[in-house]
Amino acid sequence: MKRDYAIDIRHLARVEGHADIKITVREGQLVDAKWAIVETPRFFEVMLRGMSAERVPFLTSRICGICSISHALASIRALERAMEITPPVAAEKIRLLAMQGETLQSHALHLFFLIAPDFAGTSSVLGLLQSHPDLVKAGLKLKELGNEISTVTAGRCTHPVSLLVGGLSKAPDKQRLLQLLTMIQKQKPALDYACSFFRSIVIPDFSRETEFVSLSNGKSYPAIGGHLLSTDGVELEENDYLLMTNEYTREFSTSKFTRLSRDTSVAGALARFNNNHALLHPKAREVAEELGLKPVCHNPFMNTIAQLVECVHILEEAEELINSLLDMELRNIKTPYQPKAGSATGAVEAPRGILYHHLETDAAGHVVKADCVIPTTQNNGNIHSDLRAITLQALKEGKEDGEIEKLCEMMVRSYDPCISCSVH
Amino acid sequence: MAENMTQHRVPFQRLKIASFDFTSCEGCQLQLTNHEATLPDFLGLLDVRNFRELSSERHDDYDIALIEGSISRQDEVERLLKIRKQAKILVALGTCACFGGVNSLKNRFPVKTLIDELYPPMNIETLAVRKISDLVTVDLSIPGCPVNKDEVERIMVSLATGSRVTLPKYPVCMECKAQLNTCLFELGEICLGPLTRAGCNAVCTSGKTPCLGCRGPAEEINMASFLELVKERGLSLDDLQEKLAFYNAFEPWQNHEA
Repeated sequence: MKRDYAIDIRHLARVEGHADIKITVREGQLVDAKWAIVETPRFFEVMLRGMSAERVPFLTSRICGICSISHALASIRALERAMEITPPVAAEKIRLLAMQGETLQSHALHLFFLIAPDFAGTSSVLGLLQSHPDLVKAGLKLKELGNEISTVTAGRCTHPVSLLVGGLSKAPDKQRLLQLLTMIQKQKPALDYACSFFRSIVIPDFSRETEFVSLSNGKSYPAIGGHLLSTDGVELEENDYLLMTNEYTREFSTSKFTRLSRDTSVAGALARFNNNHALLHPKAREVAEELGLKPVCHNPFMNTIAQLVECVHILEEAEELINSLLDMELRNIKTPYQPKAGSATGAVEAPRGILYHHLETDAAGHVVKADCVIPTTQNNGNIHSDLRAITLQALKEGKEDGEIEKLCEMMVRSYDPCISCSVH
Repeated sequence: MAENMTQHRVPFQRLKIASFDFTSCEGCQLQLTNHEATLPDFLGLLDVRNFRELSSERHDDYDIALIEGSISRQDEVERLLKIRKQAKILVALGTCACFGGVNSLKNRFPVKTLIDELYPPMNIETLAVRKISDLVTVDLSIPGCPVNKDEVERIMVSLATGSRVTLPKYPVCMECKAQLNTCLFELGEICLGPLTRAGCNAVCTSGKTPCLGCRGPAEEINMASFLELVKERGLSLDDLQEKLAFYNAFEPWQNHEA
């Protein structure tokens, strides 16, 4: 049937930030499919200019309310590399744990508050509380655990207080680290319950081949620093981030776009999984297999499953990290430093994917130049192209108008876009 | 459910609430989903009419509007004016809404510099950052970067039960001392704790990080004696200025040069 059809969603719900979806079908033919980020830009890269290195992580963390720890750590890494500072081993472990807490919190928010309502046929977590109370309870427990890990290690979960250039202002209390261990043990059944829910849902069948970009170090599942790796075989040093991103602007979007070997590429949990699956904890690999996630997976809806798999990995790895911290003296947590002129990139795996901060300092350690490339910016082009491809597929399959709209919304949500972040 | 909530056996209605975000990181709205153990009860207190981040349902019949973020584009001005017309109580939620927040740091540079440097060749739209009260009447301010969920919960309960809403009048210093922390001035740091309104439970200084004043000035502050203290100890005035300007929350005392 030849039909006319238009989807015009202003400020898509259940995503972080403001973006629109516009699709126009005329006489059965797709005329236009657009994913347009309309968030107000904040100009952090200019705001950073003149700021002292000491204060920088407190400003960069404010780029994002959900992944503030990742932003703080990316800029700390950039500054430490620029000024040749080596943080103590204990501080590095505590930072890693803080990041795991943040990723767990962010994934839980996405899985249960933003994604699960779509699969349960309700408009929000409020409806889900009525229809699937046990699922919400499990989700809340995991989110709470993530926040608690970050709070114990970084002083606060949103906008950390103790992460500094050179190390930490304060070491976590060992008693509270011990309590975290108990809490992790206690919440493992909640994660099992979540896995059983996601095993029961039907993930839409859609794939468009693309290029996945993540960090990689060959030894452990990536988090802070490493090589830049793509599934098309590109491998670069951290400082070469510009070659990996190639940012450009398009008039309809306040977030920039990036490209690498193809027109579009992807960062995030699925990219990390596709590049580093062998380095996941065996339990996480087991869950991946049960849920039908195999590398290289090109179905964007499976990003949700990759996040769930990462939650399994995080719970196991956090236990190991806490145990090793309990065996250490946590006295040496900060390396004293003299500010100096330099420039470097700090790359970390934020919950939504690889995040780059490039900072240049003057002799007094003040920022001269700053550049931040955000995961959602790196996914912007891919979301745009997928929106077109999935609409074409749905039209071919003869799907109803309402069905196409829901499918498009779900597809965008599966990327877990962090729109404020992308328009920093 | 919550329709049957009572205080001293007097029933009260759920709050018809909406939440909107402007130029911000959305971290304050995220706090509304934290405190997971009490979250179902907290949500039970609210009749969420419009909260894009949380729900795809949207209704315009709210009484209370939470506003996160500052204002930096014309469409935001228009959206805010529309919300003001509907809301009986308009709440500035967080430091960006109350004071402009870190976003105000961009006001040190000409708008043209911002656009030309970050978005070439695009002529992206942006205005100098303004706090919410620069544009509309604000009925209630909840400062904090991010807001403290304990305080938000307490205020929402007050609103639902028709009790008076108050913020602490005393400075962060009091909360910090109550936790027996070593004063950061003793460690050679400038800390805005003596100037800043309490209510955060001294979370930064308890983490051995100086207060940057995200909650704005306490009810009565003595800036002159604070400046004396900084000078007496030979601490850097540049560092002081960087801290005072960080959240734009101490406007009368900030040095406005870039």
